Amino acid sequence: MTAQNNPVIAEPTGGNSYLQLVTQRFLTHRLAVLGAVTVVLLCASALLAGVLAPHDPMLLDTSKRFMPPFVSWTHPLGTDELGRDTLSRLLYGGQVSLTVGLVAMITTMITGTVVGLVAGFYGGWIDSLLMRLVDTLLCFPQVFLLLVVAAFVPPTILSISLIIGLTSWMEIARIVRAQSFSLKEMDFMQASRGLGASNWRMMYVELLPNIIAPVLVAATLKVATAVLMESYISYLGYGVQPPLASWGNMLTNAQGYFDTEPFLAILPGALITLTVMGFNFLGDGLRDAVDSRLKIDT
Amino acid sequence: MRADIGIYILWRIAHSIPLIIGVSIIGFAIMHLAPGGPLAVYTLNPTITVTDIERIRVALGLDQPIHIQYLTWAKAMLTGTWGFTFFGGRPVLEVILERLPATLILMGSAMSLAIIIGTLIGMLGAVRRNSIFDYLATTGAMFALSFPTFWFGLMAIYLFAIELRWLPSGGMYELGEEGNPLDLLRHLVLPVTVLALVLVATWSRYARSSFLDVIQQDFIRTARAKGASSGRILFRHAFPNALIPLVALLGVQLPTLFSGALVTETVFSWPGMGRLFVDALNMKEYPILMGMIMFTAFFVIIGNLLADIVVALIDPRVKLG
Repeated sequence: MTAQNNPVIAEPTGGNSYLQLVTQRFLTHRLAVLGAVTVVLLCASALLAGVLAPHDPMLLDTSKRFMPPFVSWTHPLGTDELGRDTLSRLLYGGQVSLTVGLVAMITTMITGTVVGLVAGFYGGWIDSLLMRLVDTLLCFPQVFLLLVVAAFVPPTILSISLIIGLTSWMEIARIVRAQSFSLKEMDFMQASRGLGASNWRMMYVELLPNIIAPVLVAATLKVATAVLMESYISYLGYGVQPPLASWGNMLTNAQGYFDTEPFLAILPGALITLTVMGFNFLGDGLRDAVDSRLKIDT
Repeated sequence: MRADIGIYILWRIAHSIPLIIGVSIIGFAIMHLAPGGPLAVYTLNPTITVTDIERIRVALGLDQPIHIQYLTWAKAMLTGTWGFTFFGGRPVLEVILERLPATLILMGSAMSLAIIIGTLIGMLGAVRRNSIFDYLATTGAMFALSFPTFWFGLMAIYLFAIELRWLPSGGMYELGEEGNPLDLLRHLVLPVTVLALVLVATWSRYARSSFLDVIQQDFIRTARAKGASSGRILFRHAFPNALIPLVALLGVQLPTLFSGALVTETVFSWPGMGRLFVDALNMKEYPILMGMIMFTAFFVIIGNLLADIVVALIDPRVKLG
């Protein structure tokens, strides 16, 4: 258990665990709590899309094209150019956008953490090589890199998530590397080496739990970026393909009827903004809560 | 002037060369190892036979092994043509440079606007820390960072071009007004605002924390104790010091600026490099895509290099090497 304790931070007195302190800090941050509530609500509505949606999101009904919002109970948010129910499409589109955001974030976390840990733990030429790779990838504007890959890979929800994840792990790798560098010479690492722990065990069982906090914070912010990126590439036509709805491709669609039906474009954009903002506020609050740990302890 | 600055610059340039080579290899590998390939467009056309496609493949050199293709491309890069486009056979560098001015006008205006506004907001936020202004500015920046750029652009077009009819909805000039600076200005307002929004948000956050760092230092307290006015303290003492980390940030922000420009140009049909990239992507024009990737990489690397050199020149505390 001693190895699991964060060596930088003395165990706070008064029986409060580190986690409780972080939670307390977090709860005083009103916007962060608002962000958390938004994220929970959006995730719940996406999960329950099958129950909440009044219609099949792909059901065409050309007799009911371009119904305005807020006038009928059967189509509360109106219909699009093919008579599909907007509310249902928004709910299912949310499922797609959030799935992409989460899967991309997990891909980013795993890749970034593994690269950062290996570079920081082994050092030497392995570190130089991996960090030059990171530098090189950071020379690409992310949207460029993303589009080039997306244009050549058949677009599915999984492939898009992986592409986004694999083009955005570099910052995480830098954070993890810097942390492992400073921690690997600590006593608890020496102790586990003395006890004969394997490199694998030292990296993932001893080192990782001590650097996970900043990674989790960065990960929350990464969901926000991933949702934005999905909307960008779907908007440019290389993301989720119609008839499957995503907030990004609903916007592209709506652009064609923009002068007469602005509402079709306002709604998906507003939901993207809300989601991104929710995760951003959540991540910012978490960072403040985690960062100020030293201040609380002293 | 520091004596070792020349060596530092050379050392940094030498360090950039592997980066450029790395970018070119990664970019080339992604495009050429991906399934489909540039000739997939033709397979959809029933009037083009398999032998035709084979002939085009040979003519474009796509039948060669990948490392030979890479070396051919690298040679074209070094001799200054940057290769030739598949459709039309024009030198890639020429095609890119043709689009450069439009993008530079857009990015340059947005960046200058963002630096001025962002620095002011950040400075005021730091000085009046935890005031209503500070609270509004930081929250506002969060909002701005959460908008999808293209959606914000579409909303701006709807409001100012379609509903109010104050400004044009896209393009760079009206027909027959090419070269008229006033017409250009009218067309610049919306895309520059959209592109600058995110930049202002990021920039003001960094400026705020940079100013906060500086105004809490001892030399500011000394200046205050000497009886310097608060305006003098802010602009004479704090300003130059707070600016140093921001200069380094300029270089780091360049890739984001390019990404933003790509999306903004698409929304506003701005005839710049971003549009060129999207068009080339739709046509599977490898040579243009490679050229664009190399161009942005050069831009980013040189930008970072210049930022570091400027920091090294103005800040004697920076350790070189």
